Amino acid sequence: MKGNMVILEFLLFPGLLFTAIAGLLTSWVDRKVTALVQMRVGPPFLQPFYDIRKLFIKETCVPEGGAIGMYLLAPLMGLAAVTLASMILWRTLLDADATFVGDLIVLIYLLVMPALAVMLGAFASRNPLASLGGSREVKLMIAYELPLVLAILVPVIQADSIRLGDLLMNPAPISSLSGVLALLVCIACMQAKLTLVPFDMPEAETELSGGALIEYSGPPLAIFKLTRAMMLFTLPVLLVVLFFGGLLNGPAWQRWLIGFLLWFVLVAITIVIRNTTPRVRIDQAVRFFWGPVSIIALVAVTLAWMGW
Amino acid sequence: MINTINALTRSLNVFHLAGSACNNCDIEILDALTPKYDLERFGITLVGSIRHADVLLVSGVFNRKAAIRARELLEQVPRPYLVLGIGGCPCTGLMFRNSYNWDCPPSAYMNIDAYVPGCPPKPEAIISAVVKVVEGLRSGALVPRCLQDTTDLAVEGVGETT
Repeated sequence: MKGNMVILEFLLFPGLLFTAIAGLLTSWVDRKVTALVQMRVGPPFLQPFYDIRKLFIKETCVPEGGAIGMYLLAPLMGLAAVTLASMILWRTLLDADATFVGDLIVLIYLLVMPALAVMLGAFASRNPLASLGGSREVKLMIAYELPLVLAILVPVIQADSIRLGDLLMNPAPISSLSGVLALLVCIACMQAKLTLVPFDMPEAETELSGGALIEYSGPPLAIFKLTRAMMLFTLPVLLVVLFFGGLLNGPAWQRWLIGFLLWFVLVAITIVIRNTTPRVRIDQAVRFFWGPVSIIALVAVTLAWMGW
Repeated sequence: MINTINALTRSLNVFHLAGSACNNCDIEILDALTPKYDLERFGITLVGSIRHADVLLVSGVFNRKAAIRARELLEQVPRPYLVLGIGGCPCTGLMFRNSYNWDCPPSAYMNIDAYVPGCPPKPEAIISAVVKVVEGLRSGALVPRCLQDTTDLAVEGVGETT
């Protein structure tokens, strides 16, 4: 009976269906705000849903000589990982005591998987441009994972726990200097994890014409797009849980309202960065993440250790 | 069961296929996709990969060499798709139709659904053509030619003579 409930939670709420709908709405916000920045009207409210629906009626092209099994399995792997990550996060938000010790580590691993899926799919498609996009994705991942994990260490040190429920209850991060520094690092890493401008070199529309996803069509492409939309929704939620847990108090409606506003601010920051910066080269991105960003993250960890 | 036409026409990803065009039509196509006309209102976006395409905007005279490439590209589009001939060249070949490198009009080997004549057509004309095609598809007056039985197309031989 309990097993059935978990499957239902995975498929409906707070798993696949809920995260997919929320993610597509977030991607509509992204497109609409982008349009407003460019003084356009922008797409209709349901446009992300139309896009996904259309991709499901299109033919699936499989490249000749590619690793077909991996090519078709990669998108599912990414989708399953982000669904599970979102489910762990939302179980924490709904009931802070319901989670297990070490779920933060599971979450960090799960959030690596979508990038890994894009990479595997790109290499399996046997397209030179996709390979180039895939190799950039690898380099980008190596670049941002180090400062991201360092920054996540800050709330962990402050709460002295690797359980998301404890991190959510801990008021320290945002009211301390180390917490603010770690949040800034996390925002930069989030931008790279979502492969949004200025770190969109794995896709690079004008340069690699679709990059890692160039060979994908039909349902597999739809699943990749869905995964990206779900990441755009999930990562800001993770940051809210990690850094703003202390602000989420008071009666239920107040907690959810504050949480939603904080989430929206984080999404808005992402969209504004995406619309006001040009794409950087991959070597510049690696230098940026291993240089200044990692140093700030190290300083934040040191400060957190000293109790600042 | 998803309604194919409805799903397709609500979200059109445009791929730009320039076959040795003089660049005028290409610039007009890009103009139509600028913020001024804002085609994203209707779900129309430009894509860089032909695997993501729903609509091919075909421009240019398609000489012998370009015709081979165009046929190869057309085999890579996931179905169902639409093809729009932009400008006078895909319609008639204009003044190039008697030249040494002209083999046959692109309609001989492509499923062209609609033509937008003009040299070059204005962005408004391109948008109006897209709107008419979408209306035709929704009312059932038009069926995407890639879904029809088109055995009259010259699959072999085009552009292979030198």
